Amino acid sequence: MSAEFQERIEAGIKIEPKDEMPEGYRNTLIRQISQHAHSEIVGQLPEGNWITRAPTLKRKAILLAKVQDEAGHGLYLYAAVETLGVTREQTIQDLLSGKAKYSSIFNYPTLTWADIGAIGWLVDGAAIINQIPICRCSYGPYARAMVRICKEETFHQRQGFEIMLTLARGTPEQKAMAQDALNRWWWPSLMMHGPPDADSKHSAQSMAWKIKLFSNDELRQKFVDQIAPQADFLGLKIPDPDLKWNPERGHYDFGPIDWNEFYSVIQGNGPCNRERLQARIDAHRQGAWVRDAAAAYAAKQRAKARVA
Amino acid sequence: MSAGSDNILFEYLLRLGDNCLILSQRLSEWCGHGPVLEEDIALTNVALDLLGQARLWLSYAGEVEGRGRGEDDLAFLRDAREFRNVLLVEQSNADYAFTTARQFYFDAWHSLALSELMRSADVRVAEIAEKAAKEVTYHLQRSSEWVIRLGDGTEESRHRMQTAVDALWSYTGELFEMDEMDRSARERGLGPDWSALRERWMQYVARTFAEATLEIPQGTWMQRGGRHGVHSERLGYILAEMQFLQRAYPGAKW
Repeated sequence: MSAEFQERIEAGIKIEPKDEMPEGYRNTLIRQISQHAHSEIVGQLPEGNWITRAPTLKRKAILLAKVQDEAGHGLYLYAAVETLGVTREQTIQDLLSGKAKYSSIFNYPTLTWADIGAIGWLVDGAAIINQIPICRCSYGPYARAMVRICKEETFHQRQGFEIMLTLARGTPEQKAMAQDALNRWWWPSLMMHGPPDADSKHSAQSMAWKIKLFSNDELRQKFVDQIAPQADFLGLKIPDPDLKWNPERGHYDFGPIDWNEFYSVIQGNGPCNRERLQARIDAHRQGAWVRDAAAAYAAKQRAKARVA
Repeated sequence: MSAGSDNILFEYLLRLGDNCLILSQRLSEWCGHGPVLEEDIALTNVALDLLGQARLWLSYAGEVEGRGRGEDDLAFLRDAREFRNVLLVEQSNADYAFTTARQFYFDAWHSLALSELMRSADVRVAEIAEKAAKEVTYHLQRSSEWVIRLGDGTEESRHRMQTAVDALWSYTGELFEMDEMDRSARERGLGPDWSALRERWMQYVARTFAEATLEIPQGTWMQRGGRHGVHSERLGYILAEMQFLQRAYPGAKW
């Protein structure tokens, strides 16, 4: 099957749920899509942290809608995982047991309102750069889900930038708040594109299968090139003394990333790893009687329908 | 109030707007913590609808007052004694049964209230009510279904649901209270006789509880005070959280 499968991939024919596929391809997709789904769900927490404290009613409505969009993304990504033969319940169990990962960026805390702006601008910005190529990936359901997700994320990024712009043009305290948020979110955002190409253990095969279309370092460069002029426009300073435009390369150069921090956070040592996972475990546990009741009620209704 | 402004209409709008604002604030505490993903999304929908309605009522209230206060001034710069919501909507989320019972009691009233307000002599009130009524029809359908599902679900869910509807019962009387201001408003055709809605509300609640295999609470003592700005201790904490940024950075634009 392998050669034939690879030919289909090369020809740009989408793989659909009922098609034959190598186990490795299936498992890679399950791992990647479920990580993405978990990131949406855990990602609700740092931003949800500011819904009840949003500074105006309009900002509150925008943030509520945004966090709701993320729950929606989680929902259809879990559905995409189901097309590969793993139930939502099982996928969620893997998150709660600590077996599955989610994006490490959500293990950092949201300390001020400016963090909500920085997340929209930088974190959603980095996510879009990672995700736009996935709209063209070889697995049909994932590609299609990503088209819709990218549209909404683009909207979120604009909203985040708009929060930053308002703060940057606000009082000295607000501008300081915006700068502080950029200082704290910049490096973790660069890590969102994954480890350097030389150390990326899944990359080569994923690129051959067209699950991945650009390398981590290529995506990171695109992100820096996009954000650097925006930071200038905001009058904020990116916390990297080595950041500067390189006319020969036609790209921004930037300083070294502290990959020890990245691996440490992945291993569970980020400031919020424990509480993020605990929040999901608590929600799941405290919701158990509600899910049981809904199932029991549905069973009773089915039984009544059979008798009638 | 500025000279010539309409104090009765202003207070009337605050009562309507504050109910929506505080209940929305409570519901938004669930965002990211719901019992199942679909419910997380649905609860947030209801919170968003109510927030939208609060903004319409409070913006209009600010215009009527005529002192240049907008929706945000009214939401973020009033203290607890100036809030006019009923006590029911500020009650804690507690568990999903309490959240559902609070929502059901409120939705059943809200739906009736809006269908009356759609006929208000004040055109703006009628328009806002008409827009809100469409959303609240869905809210009531959803909360009724959950009362039935949890009531007629498992032993545990029935017990929790019964506990919740009993505990919140004494906060339902305030919804049908008529004071001097309501009577004046009614005479002007602004809105209905709230007390006249009680019977239809009770019939709907009784029908839903019967299907949910729940007992109708028997208590007759009703708590009151929210509509006059005498709240439970909880409201102060809701406002401390909600108003934090506006209070900490006076005059800043967000």
